Amino acid sequence: MPLLKVEKLTKSFGGLTAVSNVSIEIEKGELVGLIGPNGAGKTTVFNLLTGVYVPSSGSILFEKETPITGQGDSSSEGSAAGEKTVIELAGMKPYNVTKQGLARTFQNIRLFKDLTVLDNVRIAMHHNIHYGMFTSFLRFNKFYSEEKRMLEEAEQLLKIFNLEDKKNELAKNLPYGEQRHLEIARALATKPSLLLLDEPAAGMNPKETAALTELIKWVRKEFDLTILLIEHDMSLVMKICERIYVLDYGMLIASGKPEEIRSNKRVIEAYLGEENSNA
Amino acid sequence: MKALSKKNLLILGGLLLLYAAVLGLIITGIINPFYEITLALICINIILAVSLNLVTGFTGQFSLGHAGFMSIGAYTCAIINMQMNSMAGFLIGLFAGAVLAALVGILIGIPTLRLKGDYLAIATLGMAEIIRVIFLNLEITNGAAGLNGIPRFTNWTWLFIFTAASVVLINNFIRSSQGRACISIREDEIAAESMGINTTKYKVMAFAIGAFFAGIAGALYASYFYFIKPGLFGFLKSIDILVIVVLGGMGSITGSVIAATLLALITTFLQSFTEIRMILYAVVLIVIMIFRPKGLMGTTEITDILRFRFGRKEERIQ
Repeated sequence: MPLLKVEKLTKSFGGLTAVSNVSIEIEKGELVGLIGPNGAGKTTVFNLLTGVYVPSSGSILFEKETPITGQGDSSSEGSAAGEKTVIELAGMKPYNVTKQGLARTFQNIRLFKDLTVLDNVRIAMHHNIHYGMFTSFLRFNKFYSEEKRMLEEAEQLLKIFNLEDKKNELAKNLPYGEQRHLEIARALATKPSLLLLDEPAAGMNPKETAALTELIKWVRKEFDLTILLIEHDMSLVMKICERIYVLDYGMLIASGKPEEIRSNKRVIEAYLGEENSNA
Repeated sequence: MKALSKKNLLILGGLLLLYAAVLGLIITGIINPFYEITLALICINIILAVSLNLVTGFTGQFSLGHAGFMSIGAYTCAIINMQMNSMAGFLIGLFAGAVLAALVGILIGIPTLRLKGDYLAIATLGMAEIIRVIFLNLEITNGAAGLNGIPRFTNWTWLFIFTAASVVLINNFIRSSQGRACISIREDEIAAESMGINTTKYKVMAFAIGAFFAGIAGALYASYFYFIKPGLFGFLKSIDILVIVVLGGMGSITGSVIAATLLALITTFLQSFTEIRMILYAVVLIVIMIFRPKGLMGTTEITDILRFRFGRKEERIQ
């Protein structure tokens, strides 16, 4: 069983079918691209995967692995570390999908703008916290130990993204590129096994894109991640993706290695139009 | 051990000092019975404003029904206290009222908190009206005439204990992981949900906690003024509380405390200008909102100011 197995996923809004019969398989450790012209339904696929939309039909199977890095907290889940269970994500609420190990970034950055960089990351760690409402009120020792753990983990993560000295700045005051980085850091704070990146290079110049490419590669290795990436920037996609799915009008029109996609006739048609139509 | 940190001891000491100072003023008669009423109103308004701030300022859920929860606390405490005329009866009534208000908060919150903005405001307004009309028509609440002769157990000591506890507990909650979850809902609900936060759960939680403390405020009110009627807890009362929150700053507990104190003092001061009292009150509000559109404090707290002033680099866990 692959890490993510999407079968015949369909979503229609009234009479409009935004995504139809899309099947995607992602193996653990892969870096897969999802491309397509504007309005092809890429973000809709992301929204379906993350629970923002409920699919009209089809299934999304996800192989959940109880994280080994967890602080011996797996007892509540009833499964030992490293154990794998297959779960259906279709119909799950977004927060629950995130808990299973899928994290995402947004096409148009959606940071908590008026909160500090540190709080942005700590909020994403919330579902891993082990104290309840009454501990919050009365500040038992558990509160301090958990907050300390959280702070350390958050700082470590920020260090990786070179944001440590800006941890007390408001997210909105960061330069654009760093906001993108923070969004990835925040997504990683949820401890995902599959990371969905929605146009991470949007609005970046070639130099920044190149740096981002390196960062994605590095993060993937460091965190042992599987990544699904939506991107318009072909240089980025062709450089780092091992496999690519191409969507057009909500349907998969091609899939394969970057070289195959580059020369695929249907893909070229979708992007550039047929010979007798204007591009 | 950390609960007894230097900072917490400092806060505790400050609170005790404040308590003793005001107690001294009451005993020596500098705060006469007339001003004591203002003092009680300040305390009750602080609890109401801080608890509404948790819902509206921090979690971003616009609520116009806070007086409804207050009335639940007031009536519950009054009825129990009239049956059990003792200190124990007062405390039992107070906590029963608070718990009942919280339960009603959960019941109301689950359906209404799906709504956003204006729609939520109207729904909560409607709910508070329903609660009021229920009290208006029940036998046990004595209808429109209200309950008279509620035993008076609320004094400065109880007022102070419950006010300080409310502020400290709500502040603790906001500065915890759950509190951050609530704030993230205000900031961006979709992003919060995508970061693994069960937004419905935390909205309802904030709403219930807000209702709990509003219930306490109501109970203190009933026990202090020994007379309550449904008309006291109408739409205007909810607006009054909201005014305090907005004026102090949505998202600042310090702001709510300052605004509650300030408005009660202004009201007392304006007693001498009976005819134009409400006009002056409105003018004060308008002037403050023009010069401080985000409220007196915005989202800053007194601790932020102190930290900025004394520039000490301290860790964020407090």
